[in-house]
Amino acid sequence: MNDELENKEMGTVTTIYHEFETWKVNRGEKTIHAKRMPGFFRTVKNYTQLALWLPFFLVPYLRWNDKQAILWDIQNRQFHFFNLTVLPQDIWMLSLVLLIAAMTLFGVTSVASRVWCGYFCFQTAWTDWFTWLEDKIEGNPQARRKLDDAPLSLDKIKKKGLKHAIWMLIALLTGISFSIWFVDAFQYWNNLVHLNLPRVGWVVLAMFFFGTYILAGFLREQACIWLCPYARIQGVMGDSQTILPTYDVKRGEPRGKMRRGVETGATQGDCIDCFQCVQVCPTGVDIRDGQQLGCITCGLCLDACDAIMDKVGKPRGLIRYASLDEMSGKPAKKMYQHPRTMVYLTIILIALSGIVYGLTHLGSMTLRVIPERQPLFVTMSDGSVQNKYDFKVLNKTDKDLHVKVSAEGGVSGQAIIGAETPLLTHHGRGTSFTIFVKAPGASVMQEVTPIEFRVEAVEDPAVSAEYTSNFNGPKR
Amino acid sequence: MSDKHDAGGVPTTGHVWDGDLADLANQPPKWWMLGLTASAIWCVVYFLYYPSIPVSNTQSFFKGIGGWTAITEMEADKSIVDEVRGKYEAKLKDMTPAAILGDSELTEYVTRSGKVLFGDNCAACHGQNGVGTIDKQGLFAPVLRDDDWLYGGTVGDIYASILGGRQGVMVAHKDTLSAAEIDTLANAVAASKPTSTPLFAEKGCTACHGADGKGMAAMGSANLTDSVWRFDGSVEGIKRTITYGVNNGDPQARVAVMPNFQAAGKLSEAEMKKLAVYVFKFGGGQAN
Repeated sequence: MNDELENKEMGTVTTIYHEFETWKVNRGEKTIHAKRMPGFFRTVKNYTQLALWLPFFLVPYLRWNDKQAILWDIQNRQFHFFNLTVLPQDIWMLSLVLLIAAMTLFGVTSVASRVWCGYFCFQTAWTDWFTWLEDKIEGNPQARRKLDDAPLSLDKIKKKGLKHAIWMLIALLTGISFSIWFVDAFQYWNNLVHLNLPRVGWVVLAMFFFGTYILAGFLREQACIWLCPYARIQGVMGDSQTILPTYDVKRGEPRGKMRRGVETGATQGDCIDCFQCVQVCPTGVDIRDGQQLGCITCGLCLDACDAIMDKVGKPRGLIRYASLDEMSGKPAKKMYQHPRTMVYLTIILIALSGIVYGLTHLGSMTLRVIPERQPLFVTMSDGSVQNKYDFKVLNKTDKDLHVKVSAEGGVSGQAIIGAETPLLTHHGRGTSFTIFVKAPGASVMQEVTPIEFRVEAVEDPAVSAEYTSNFNGPKR
Repeated sequence: MSDKHDAGGVPTTGHVWDGDLADLANQPPKWWMLGLTASAIWCVVYFLYYPSIPVSNTQSFFKGIGGWTAITEMEADKSIVDEVRGKYEAKLKDMTPAAILGDSELTEYVTRSGKVLFGDNCAACHGQNGVGTIDKQGLFAPVLRDDDWLYGGTVGDIYASILGGRQGVMVAHKDTLSAAEIDTLANAVAASKPTSTPLFAEKGCTACHGADGKGMAAMGSANLTDSVWRFDGSVEGIKRTITYGVNNGDPQARVAVMPNFQAAGKLSEAEMKKLAVYVFKFGGGQAN
């Protein structure tokens, strides 16, 4: 494509399709056997993957006060986090946590493209571990391809069998590790070895077993290319300021093979067309075509290219983390000049302050008061007016408490009936009771009078809650 | 079909419109054909498994080989509910209403589960949530939420009222009292001070309503000194009650009948106990 034509047609529909003839789409017809090469990004990737996913396997075994330290107790609708117990009423904070997670994903993507995909994602991590095993058992990519094409033999069965057995073991462990975030870990293992899991437990285990085995063992990069929604949306979060693995076209082109003893410096670029960058790519893309859907920005091609550049005695960085601005020679902007990153950061901060507020204001008791709506009030035989209220007290402490009920505001001379003795509230769940408020008819001056109810634990006056409701009376 | 593109060797249906428009004879996609076949098989299985088609002239229908019926499914669901309720029901079966009221957990169960029972059996007259109903005579059935009870407001009294029904009687005074006397009495009663007129004692009102005019629970005579009215608290309304009486056969008399639920046999004893507690907890119940 010559520059003149490209410029002329820029921004028209045809430019979108001008590369149509050369489009290469990886539809997964061929298994990608990527070469494993040591290097800086390889090391980083190893550590980031372990840092995120080792806790996934190990944290559920952490104990705290004889209970699992972190437990999403779905059955009892509680979330335990060390000393903290969060009940469904406070689960709004979870939405803020999810918001932070999403915004962190967006923010990081706007700065350095698909960091999540390349260094952290479970699909990348598990695939990486699975192919590492494949490499150890079946040999290098060439040997693997040969083994794939070879007719069935005892050796092939042995190698393939071993590989699939270990894969399944990892898949099983993945399913177990996921499950024990939601039920007591040791109890789960006990139930598992006695084949005594509830049906939903088996279903979850089976889903994760097959999911892991199929996604990491067979689907691999295809999951990133056509299955993953994040892969699609992350593409639009980058712009010309986003740094991502980029092939330096100006330096590399025109590419060409190196010939011994021939000086090509004047006519050839630095790219020696060795295809190492393609061979190490876990998704099988050619980074020299530019940023594309298949690229998970894992940086492995940078390692490969740098190793080659060292070998041929040229400077490193033919493929490097760079923004499109940098490649087209524009001055690099500062972080704070990147509006979208700032927006993401602001949202993260707002959500974070919401969580801090929530955690510090959790409270140990909540009160809801629902006034009876039919009838709104009852006139008693002595002419007094009575209202009925349904109290719902949620006791979030870990012991049963007795509460006394009081009211502020309302009508003068009012009396609270139904709470003469302190009422029992069960811990960890809501308790309902009926409260009446009776006031002399003469002092009920208006149809609606605000009244604020207060419940206070007898055992611990610091545990209390208020709720504002109305006292209804006849038309005056 | 544009001239510029060939159809990739797919044959057409053979017919050509407007000289160049033809219809390709493409096979439907395989997944679509599979879906169609699977749906057809599913229909047959469904048809055979579940009750499906009426059998002519027999008032019957093909029952299905699965043996499914709506009623067995409902029974299965109901047994789950009954299991939850069972432990409470077994407990309150042998308890008096007062004993149920003394057990806060059972009381909670009754007040939460009594709504349907009340709605089905009581609300027709007493109104939803016991707010009373009004007809042309005034209040048709008493409000159950206040603390004025003709026959007593303990939970035992309420239970007795449900069990045996209530039907109070007040004689008509159209022949024994003059219009002026009725007018005087009605005004005194409307002001909630029946004893303010000597007529109240002289004309024998005290025989039923008591010397102080506060009524007698044993016979269900109304308390005339409070602010709650059984029928109509206006002077005109009270005049009518005095003139024609209650439940005495006079065509103009007021009618106030609580049916006998034990005789009706519609409710079990446990259900009537639950209703007594439920009504008591409306807020007007009186301690023993």
